[in-house]
Amino acid sequence: MSQSPVVIQVEGVAKSFGAVRALDGVDLAIATHECVGLIGHNGAGKSTLMHVLAGTLTPDKAAIQVNGDAQPGYGIELAHKLGIRCVFQELSLCPNLTVAENARILHPALRGFGWRRRAGALIKAKLDEVFPGHGLSADAVVSDLAIGQRQMIEIARAFTVTSEPLRLVILDEPTSSLDGHTAAQLFAFIRRSVEAGLSCILISHLLGEILGTSDRVVVMRDGRVVTSGPTASFDRNKLVAAMGGAEAHSGAVTAATPSTGLVRVRIRPKRQPDGRELVAREGEVIGLAGLAGHGQTDLLLAVFDAAGQLKSGQAEVTEPVALVAGDRQSDGVFPLWSIAENIGVGSLKNLRRGLLISEAAEDELAAQWQKRINIRTPDMRHSILSLSGGNQQKALFARALGSDARIVLMDDPMRGVDIGTKLDVYDLVRGEARAGRTFLWYTTEMDELSYCDRVYVFRNGVIAADLMRSEVSEDSVIGASFAEVG
Amino acid sequence: MSVQSQVAPTSIGMSRLHDGRRLLRAVLPALSLALIILAIWALNPRAISYFGLTLMLSLAVPVALATVGQMMVMAVNDLDLSIGSFVGLVGCVTATWLRDEPLIGVLILVGLVLAYMLVGAMIHLRNLPSIVVTLGMFFVWQGLAILVLPKPGGHAPDWLHGLMAVKTPLVPFPIVAALVIGIVAYVGLMRTSYGVILRGAGGNPVAVSRAGWSLLRGKMIMFGLAGFCGVLAGMALIGLTTSADANLANGYTLLSIAGVILGGGEFVGGRVSPIGAVIGALTLTLAGSLLNFMHISPDWQVAGQGAILIVVLAARTLINRAGVSA
Repeated sequence: MSQSPVVIQVEGVAKSFGAVRALDGVDLAIATHECVGLIGHNGAGKSTLMHVLAGTLTPDKAAIQVNGDAQPGYGIELAHKLGIRCVFQELSLCPNLTVAENARILHPALRGFGWRRRAGALIKAKLDEVFPGHGLSADAVVSDLAIGQRQMIEIARAFTVTSEPLRLVILDEPTSSLDGHTAAQLFAFIRRSVEAGLSCILISHLLGEILGTSDRVVVMRDGRVVTSGPTASFDRNKLVAAMGGAEAHSGAVTAATPSTGLVRVRIRPKRQPDGRELVAREGEVIGLAGLAGHGQTDLLLAVFDAAGQLKSGQAEVTEPVALVAGDRQSDGVFPLWSIAENIGVGSLKNLRRGLLISEAAEDELAAQWQKRINIRTPDMRHSILSLSGGNQQKALFARALGSDARIVLMDDPMRGVDIGTKLDVYDLVRGEARAGRTFLWYTTEMDELSYCDRVYVFRNGVIAADLMRSEVSEDSVIGASFAEVG
Repeated sequence: MSVQSQVAPTSIGMSRLHDGRRLLRAVLPALSLALIILAIWALNPRAISYFGLTLMLSLAVPVALATVGQMMVMAVNDLDLSIGSFVGLVGCVTATWLRDEPLIGVLILVGLVLAYMLVGAMIHLRNLPSIVVTLGMFFVWQGLAILVLPKPGGHAPDWLHGLMAVKTPLVPFPIVAALVIGIVAYVGLMRTSYGVILRGAGGNPVAVSRAGWSLLRGKMIMFGLAGFCGVLAGMALIGLTTSADANLANGYTLLSIAGVILGGGEFVGGRVSPIGAVIGALTLTLAGSLLNFMHISPDWQVAGQGAILIVVLAARTLINRAGVSA
């Protein structure tokens, strides 16, 4: 590996946002024919480093070399010219444009007569190559597509080539909205591309993806690289230890007896052909599994809508509900509000003193939750956007759990959250469930199903299987997700 | 294999559903225009003739131009409240300087377009709300117009008056002009490769700037185009009225916004339709004539136009909702 030429090399990268040191002297070199897995907690500085490499963020201090040449004025344009691309964690497609038009945005060379046809052919060919059988059309408008399909397009777009070379593709949590099948297609494609001479940086919180795909692992913590080495020399526990997180505990829940508590939620999916229904009782954690986008979110929203109505057709929901959104940018945070206000908005009735909202009560609620789930900020009155993604998600959990809702709906809330935060939240969920709260938890991560008392597997908008905890296994869930009806 | 065979049918079914909904939304502006024409025809069949349409639609040309200008600004998530008094100012300049000292007149008009670009640059660089800035500019333009022409008067240049009175064969001139305006705007904004960047800047500005494009340039171009359309609108208006007044076109601000919305555009997200915007402008112009034929006093015409807007928006919402629940 050391004899391969170096594509990009950075030394001493430093970047501060106000008082927060996001990067504190990072050295990194990426060779050709190399896929580097980059891991670390939220706030470790991975995303900041990626923005520096992609040229979208100017570091306070850095020496950047591409192909051995120093690049003093490194920025977006130079990065593009030198063939460095990035698939950002938050999707960066224009929803009002078609797939082909989005491809055009990345390629200044797609212009002149017939550009639309060429752009369409370019993105279509790459989609066919990366995700065979994707079923997407180049003329589709992006806002009509599901989030997983958008992610496929964004990934394929990053690998398209016109006039500029392609040397390094940075993938920041590329599988956060992909199901297992498309993720596997992506990793196979990454391996093929790396064999062919491309370089990749893969950032993922799913350690299995890193271990299975990368040649070398780089671990970051507190704005520095703490460990790096060939992937073969690491295993899951070693990686977790290097990140400074808790030891990975594998579904450390004692076997529970079937709950006999009061029924809190009873709902039948709209198009359920048989009599199957989802039942959640007091103190239960109910998992919703299956391939991404197969009706789990719709069901959660149906429960949310049914709450407050005593008996509404297909659904029966007896207690107030709160929803923890998965897409925190669009459905979760109020970006102009402080952390405390973002938490307090779920409990406005309890924070009211007379006609007004008591700031003291809001602060008290916020301080209590900051302590309970360890939101990392010097002041809860700071803007919610000053938090890293994982800590924003913690604030959303605090909003739901701090309210008086007895039923909590979770719409795949752990997307792109570091393992330390996850373990904190898992403990919290178990604790709250023991105290009598009911959780409906849609998740795309197999590990999380082991925290559930009962799992419903969804396929094409209906319940395909309903598994007790003892029956939940990777095989049984995948089997139910993929099997043909009948 | 089983995955592909399952995913493919649902996504195709979904896209077909979306296509149907999009088609319905796309024809909605044309449908509302057809309904208005039909209603006029029912009340007064003779109005739907070469002469009648020329008369009823003559004012549609400046309105359509102002609407397309407004659409440029709305495509990048801004709103131009100043277009009305700007058209009035252009009218005053056209009826005085452009007629008496054509060179100075042209320079003034070019300067006005540049001023529009600077307003766009300021809104982008200082991250100011466009509503506030353009509301301020509304009064600036109006003040300048009063300085240029303190009391109603002036004369349209003869060539301009002649141009607006052209009699095209078979199809009335305003319809030909509206078609040309719509097609030019459509090709420029929807079909060219740079038009994609401009619309993308409305849809997801961060993504567009990350791909290496200048948002400042995009915004300046869009505001410049809006200014250019405003200049054309003002000149067309004076060509029709032959004399100017500082307050001649103040109503164009709301009329142009209504036209864009009526034509299927939206306030944010870069979703605009040039053809729709022109149809929207025609619809609003004809609505005035329809209300005349119904013997409704001109005092109520603005309310009538508002009612049409509400009906069309309600229909659009219904279509969207049907799409969601299907």
